[in-house]
Amino acid sequence: MSELIPLIVAKYNYWLYIILMMIGLYAMIAKNNLVKKLVGMNIFQTSIILFYVSIGCKKGGTIPIIHHGIHAGRHVVDPAHYVNPLPHVLMLTAIVVSVSTLGVALALAVKIYNRYKTLEEDEILARLRAK
Amino acid sequence: MKTAGIIIVLLAGALLLYATRDFPPWGALDSPASTHVSPRYLQKAMEETAVPNVVTAVLADYRGFDTMFETTVIFCAGIGCFILLRVFRQRPGDRYYRHIATEITLHIKGGRIPKKSSEFERIDALWTPYDLIIKTVCRILVPFIQLFALYVIAHGHHSPGGGFQGGVILGASVILLAISHNMRTAIDRFSEKTNNLLMAIGVFIYTGIGTVCILLGAGFLDYRSLSAVLFVDKIMARSHGIFGVEIGVGITVMAVMISIYNNLASAGKQDEGL
Repeated sequence: MSELIPLIVAKYNYWLYIILMMIGLYAMIAKNNLVKKLVGMNIFQTSIILFYVSIGCKKGGTIPIIHHGIHAGRHVVDPAHYVNPLPHVLMLTAIVVSVSTLGVALALAVKIYNRYKTLEEDEILARLRAK
Repeated sequence: MKTAGIIIVLLAGALLLYATRDFPPWGALDSPASTHVSPRYLQKAMEETAVPNVVTAVLADYRGFDTMFETTVIFCAGIGCFILLRVFRQRPGDRYYRHIATEITLHIKGGRIPKKSSEFERIDALWTPYDLIIKTVCRILVPFIQLFALYVIAHGHHSPGGGFQGGVILGASVILLAISHNMRTAIDRFSEKTNNLLMAIGVFIYTGIGTVCILLGAGFLDYRSLSAVLFVDKIMARSHGIFGVEIGVGITVMAVMISIYNNLASAGKQDEGL
């Protein structure tokens, strides 16, 4: 136990994202309502996005926009002064893609609702079996 | 199902929590993610592409292929939503019209849709009185939101921003019009046909710029070759190439956001909705 506390304190950001991810995963598996499942999927995606962005963090680093102006950017850039741009790039596209996938998923949910008049998973399954 | 779910989630969570033991501490300068390719990007991006915002440079230049296919994914999502939801041949359902002078509401069942007239205005079935203040404020706000979106796209080289963010803001401005007035007003201003064309045009601009690079004798999306047609040196050509690509991304993202909203909110009928 005495080892666990410093571990949590040093890496509490990862612990928070993993807990957020567990909430999302649980909602995707166990919730009965399809829209709640989608909310769970979005929480899951958000936790992954936060995880990636926190990987790119550097202590004392600023945003990855090179200081330019007087020397027109011809000076030597110290990577320690800027946070890692790569996770930001990956997550920038991931955010928009997650919105799009959510749109498609909601479209499917609308279609399912039009056909079965319910979004509860067990009722849909019961109707499928009854046929 | 619930207990099985809890067991799976706790197992996955425990494994991941155990794995954090090997992770570098938060904000470590020597973490594996920040040691290999990222310092090279930070050191060389300004020199090689004349774009101070490294995120933009990596997004549209070094990882141009990735972004091109991300744009295609968004395009496919928009098309998928359209195909799933759009209803083309719709039975004339219940419609409500309001006589503007007397404010009498008519309920029309079935029949043909009357032509537009200045005496009657069509209102939504789940009609709530549209607030004049909200309508006016949103109408005034929309052009400024669009101006800001264009700034975000165009200034993505020097400040946080770029095609994805600006495109979403542009889309939000049209969606705001649909929310504050009604969907028909927004579709009158920005028709579905234009929107679906723009969805494809954005991807076309992106791939088109890549193809122009091939025609000029370089690799796909190698913007240096654009210096021959843009009359700038090779470094500035990369900067301009990134800008062109960002415009393509912005157009696609805007059109897809509007299309997804319109199709979802009206369940594919595109006449009334939230």
